[in-house]
Amino acid sequence: MERNEDLKRGLLLKLQLTSNPSLLCAVRGAVERLTESLGFSAPESRAVTRAVDEALTNIIRHTYCGRADQPIEVLFRSVREDDPEFAEGLEIVLCDRGPAIDPERMCLRALEEIRPGGLGLHFIRETMDIVEYNRANGTNRLRLVKFVHTPQPDGNA
Amino acid sequence: MQISSRELDKTVIFDVSGDIDLANSPTVRKALLHEVREKRTPRVVINLSKVRYIDSSGVASLVEGLRASRDVGSRFILFGLSTSAREVLQLSRLLKIFEIYDNEEQALAG
Repeated sequence: MERNEDLKRGLLLKLQLTSNPSLLCAVRGAVERLTESLGFSAPESRAVTRAVDEALTNIIRHTYCGRADQPIEVLFRSVREDDPEFAEGLEIVLCDRGPAIDPERMCLRALEEIRPGGLGLHFIRETMDIVEYNRANGTNRLRLVKFVHTPQPDGNA
Repeated sequence: MQISSRELDKTVIFDVSGDIDLANSPTVRKALLHEVREKRTPRVVINLSKVRYIDSSGVASLVEGLRASRDVGSRFILFGLSTSAREVLQLSRLLKIFEIYDNEEQALAG
């Protein structure tokens, strides 16, 4: 039943992993291949891969405080946009079971300050078309969407 | 990720290969800060030509190295940035903050 629901909603890939930083490279490889197969351009593919990697890094560092054995689930679904300029896209939902995220910590910092830290969220917001966070039933859910940009026939896209 | 170093006159060149991410950026940070703060090397050069990917923690390590070099009055130079690494520094608005060259020859002559 759950599988049928997933198929209806365009499920492409489901990853279940622990919060171990050494797994990040495996996820990046999977996202890169998936986005390429969906028709994203090379820069878009790198951007989506970077956003997922940074979201996972934030979960590992801030939500799970560096503990390497905590559960993370990442769902990838195809989505369609009504706007003809955007044929279809990729929805990514990252789920963790850590404590609720303080919305204050979701704020961007000024890039004029030359200091380490706080860049991950900026990378995500800068490159994804939709970034939404919610919490339900003890699960943090970060939803990211990126649409495939389809050039218009007149070349003005 | 692998990191090794070479000494040339008053310069140390770090050759980094692979991906710099949360799993290994602490190693990069430690090596860079040791070279800048402890050894006070006048010129620290980082070869990124074999680095395919840098995440925000990797960028933070480079920023810490740069800030430490400014504190002690040394030079901190990057060269051989991949498209991905250049994109990340561009997104971070840091491309103009770092001293960046295309290759080692230019980095050492600069």
